[in-house]
Amino acid sequence: MTRPSRLPSRLAAAALLSLSVGFAFALACASNAGGGGVIEVGPDAQKQALRALIEAEPGDVVEFGPGRFEFDTTLSLDVADVTIRGAGLDETIIDFSKQAAGTGGEGLMVTADGFVIEDLSVYNTRADGIKVEGTTGATFRRVFVNWEGEPRTENGAYGLYPVQVTDVLIEDSQVRGCSDAGIYVGQSSNIIVRRNKTLENVAGIEIENSTGADIYDNETWGNTGGILVFSLPELPVKAGSQARVWGNKIYDNNLPNFGLPGAIVSEIPAGSGMIVMATDQTEIYENEFKDNKSSHIAVISFTSTGREYDDPDFEPYAEGIAIFENTFEGGGDAPEGDLALAVAEMVGTPLPNVIYDGVENPDRLVDGEVPAQYRVYFDGNGTIIDADLATALSGGQPNVVTDAAAFAGSLPERPQPIIIGEEGTAATAGGAL
Amino acid sequence: MFRTAALLLSVLLLGCGTADWSADEPPESLAAYGLFDGDPRQQRPADGVIPYRLSTPLFSDYATKHRFIKLPEGTAASYQPEEVFDFPVGTVIAKTFSYPAADGLQDLVETRILLHGDDGWIGLPYLWNDQQTEATLDVTGGARAVTLAAAAGPLPAGHEIDYRVPNQNQCKGCHRTKDRELLPIGPRAGLLNADFAYEVGERNQLDHWREVGALADGPATSEAPRWAVWNEPQSGTLDQRSRAWLDINCAHCHNPEGPARTSGLDLRYVQTNPTHWGVDKSPVAAGRGSGDRLVDIAPGDPDGSILLYRLESLDPGEMMPELGRSMVHAESVALIREWIETMEQGPTEAAG
Repeated sequence: MTRPSRLPSRLAAAALLSLSVGFAFALACASNAGGGGVIEVGPDAQKQALRALIEAEPGDVVEFGPGRFEFDTTLSLDVADVTIRGAGLDETIIDFSKQAAGTGGEGLMVTADGFVIEDLSVYNTRADGIKVEGTTGATFRRVFVNWEGEPRTENGAYGLYPVQVTDVLIEDSQVRGCSDAGIYVGQSSNIIVRRNKTLENVAGIEIENSTGADIYDNETWGNTGGILVFSLPELPVKAGSQARVWGNKIYDNNLPNFGLPGAIVSEIPAGSGMIVMATDQTEIYENEFKDNKSSHIAVISFTSTGREYDDPDFEPYAEGIAIFENTFEGGGDAPEGDLALAVAEMVGTPLPNVIYDGVENPDRLVDGEVPAQYRVYFDGNGTIIDADLATALSGGQPNVVTDAAAFAGSLPERPQPIIIGEEGTAATAGGAL
Repeated sequence: MFRTAALLLSVLLLGCGTADWSADEPPESLAAYGLFDGDPRQQRPADGVIPYRLSTPLFSDYATKHRFIKLPEGTAASYQPEEVFDFPVGTVIAKTFSYPAADGLQDLVETRILLHGDDGWIGLPYLWNDQQTEATLDVTGGARAVTLAAAAGPLPAGHEIDYRVPNQNQCKGCHRTKDRELLPIGPRAGLLNADFAYEVGERNQLDHWREVGALADGPATSEAPRWAVWNEPQSGTLDQRSRAWLDINCAHCHNPEGPARTSGLDLRYVQTNPTHWGVDKSPVAAGRGSGDRLVDIAPGDPDGSILLYRLESLDPGEMMPELGRSMVHAESVALIREWIETMEQGPTEAAG
């Protein structure tokens, strides 16, 4: 470099070029907290992405530029406190259509605490879109998981999929086309799911075997079922409770079920707005239900599915459910599924807005009464039926109750608001954990 | 500064005659581990390197696997009856994946290294070059188009394999415990308790390890667990052979601490509760991997069993295991099929 003028011109140009590339690289590094610069669309993008995620240091941002990336292998992250960021949900698309056998099925698999993903889209994964497993702190923000084309059974199961995660924040995101549940939070605790949109999945949002979930201001339409709050047996984390579901718009969830038998959601009748199954201490309020053709809200015991299970620790009843100040419009007019059809037999269509199977936990009874904390409450906004399904199914004469006054009251102890992050606001989730 | 310290450290280590690598800064070249003698295509272990095999292995697209372990001089593994042996810091475990070459040697694809550093194990993928002279570290793994020069298992010469070398994170995918600690999977008493054809002759591996000082304690070999061999009918019952196969192929994830614990399916050989290993068990999050079937194992009905469906699938969204195979392993599918077919309702007999 001491005598650049004597270099042959082509060499000099090459030297200059490599210098400037190096300079640009250094700049990119500086702006990217130790990462390898923004990953741009191109033949090396996949390898760059893999390397960036493997070699990331805590605090790094792994950044994708705009455009459509085509990857043929699962991405994975195992470094704590890393943010994956795109240029925008409509700008950065990672398409996994070409995923090869033996490379894993998810788009992104995360096993690291303090994970944040924001401003990008994941398309056409062969299995789940983004899975986070066994961690503390997972934030999904302005992320879109999509399977292009008509909803198909061949699509992946879950879109946004934290499982066994503490402190989950899913906000301003969208999921479309899942053959199971779009937003699926399983066996987790301390959960916020807000302002998301789910469309054309078998289940829009499913919270399963989880404790402490605020699910609000979401819009879920055109799915088979809108919002499910479930507890299932034979899982390491058993009980689900303490969900608050409010301010959601849940409408037109009438898509024919395209899940495969075997998956629990394949039994969800088309036209299910919201189903609470075997989960306890849950409030459902200030939601708008519209035109869900089977039932707007169903509250059922796992025993009503007719499924067998071998799990002495599983408690199959839905207990302590309060439903109030919701609005209902249309719906219940073309019921599908055993429960809704049984209710149609009893009272005709359109069905009541809230269907309760009436299956109570015999172990709870005190002097023949269910204690206040374990009852089902309804405030009379809309209509309700206690179908006494167990009696009906055993061939007896069910004690059907349709008088809302029978459900008056509220939970003595209400589920608590969810707080994520040390500053007490959900906005700090992931970053400050 | 760090580099100097590392260099100094490695010099010190060299001085001790142990290793010239550090887990903090793993070598770029596989040669640094000093595992092989002569042409690498022979996969002949160097002095102090013990070759070993597992009586029932993980299926990896009919690749030949050459397993080696190198303990720091003067150290030994500690025996565990059920779990992986305790290996001292400084242990290197190597597994080379190759296919038979036209000249009778091996065409090497990759060598995976497990290093036991001070902070635990790490996994490292090394890819062999076309000249077959050197393998270099590539944490991103990658795809290799393999055209078989000679038959490999049932695959004829000329067969093409879209071979996938797992990336470093994918190492963890299989080798990870609940605490996110990375651990070896294979070197367990029940799988090592078998003969190996050493250069000096056939010998039981546990006996050999003790003779060379690589295994410190444990019961007499005749008292150690000895798992049935999946494809040797005289080695155990159909149930035992199937359970051994499921353990080594599936239980690294499907155990109560493993990545697939969320499914509730526990495929360890030692699990004694049939529901836990899948009998009449409903799936949890199988998604479309359930293949239109209702339970993991439907006794007497292999085609009604999700477990078999996922072994027979090649769809990345359904297939099991998720990593490391791009084809169906017909022989093990036949085994599991027969096992489920002949299974009576509610078997309760423990395999182990």
